[in-house]
Amino acid sequence: MNLAVNASSLVQFISQPWHWAVSGAAIALVLALMTWMGRSFGVSTTFKAFCSAAGAGKVSDFFKMDVKEEMWRIAFVIGGLIGGYIATHFLQSPEPVAISPETVDYLATIGINYPEADAKGIGFVPTSLFNFESLSGILMAVGGGFLVGFGARYGDGCTSGHAISGLAHFQLPSLITVIGFFIGGLAMTHFIFPFLVG
Amino acid sequence: MKNLSFLTVGVFFGIVMAKSEAVSWFRIHEMFRFESFHMYGIIGTAVVLGAASMWLMKKTKMTTLRGTLVGYNPMNLNIKRHLLAGTIFGLGWALVGCCPGPMYVLLGSGYTIILLILAGATLGTFTYGLVMKYLPH
Repeated sequence: MNLAVNASSLVQFISQPWHWAVSGAAIALVLALMTWMGRSFGVSTTFKAFCSAAGAGKVSDFFKMDVKEEMWRIAFVIGGLIGGYIATHFLQSPEPVAISPETVDYLATIGINYPEADAKGIGFVPTSLFNFESLSGILMAVGGGFLVGFGARYGDGCTSGHAISGLAHFQLPSLITVIGFFIGGLAMTHFIFPFLVG
Repeated sequence: MKNLSFLTVGVFFGIVMAKSEAVSWFRIHEMFRFESFHMYGIIGTAVVLGAASMWLMKKTKMTTLRGTLVGYNPMNLNIKRHLLAGTIFGLGWALVGCCPGPMYVLLGSGYTIILLILAGATLGTFTYGLVMKYLPH
């Protein structure tokens, strides 16, 4: 038995895109681990911590918080960043993201070629749209981020806090918030986005 | 370092989000066009297995590593607020194709444009803090 060969075939095995059931189970494991460690599974509060660390507590009491109490959350998202690096550099799948042919055809009609749109060939972000050379791309990135940050804080949670954690705890406010996610998401995808790139 | 355990879980989370392709703008666009089951499968599986594990932890009165019982701080029900907040979030999510968790993962994957999205999200959070008293809660 050759351990080196087994290790490289293991890396190859992990490097293929993961099945949705495996991915979902892994996310449930993250929720369970965070809960066991006595913390919640929520990412968007990091933005509030950034505001607070930058001195936003001087203009709004909402940001008066002990940032040290949020260091576990900051550590978690730094871990996420490192995980993204590892996945892209050591576990990259040979093929771009295999979205459905219908979506590929539709995107072509609004001028987004896939996967040629993505310079890196891993198909995570349409860099032909979002890049530092395009003013509309910059505005869409900042504006879209703004809506995510504003909505997450107003709703007291994002996808991790409401769609995963909140629903797993059978919270009605989370369910209504997730319905809102879809109202906004469907409106953007079907009506506003084609207009923005058209 | 006290938070090394959270960093480790974060690394696992980052790998999962990237390998599941949930960080892909294209997967989010496809989801909102109902052209694939992929994202629904991921979220659905996570919620069902998550609910089962949360139920088990509460049922067995498991204590966490911080010595607390497993629970959830419920929000006050305000349908107008939840729908409005969710809709604003959803508009942004579908436009930039990533929610807060994947933003960090994508930045680690080498997409520097995410810095603008993170800056926008922090600005949005700050703006909420300024105008929150005018919004229904």
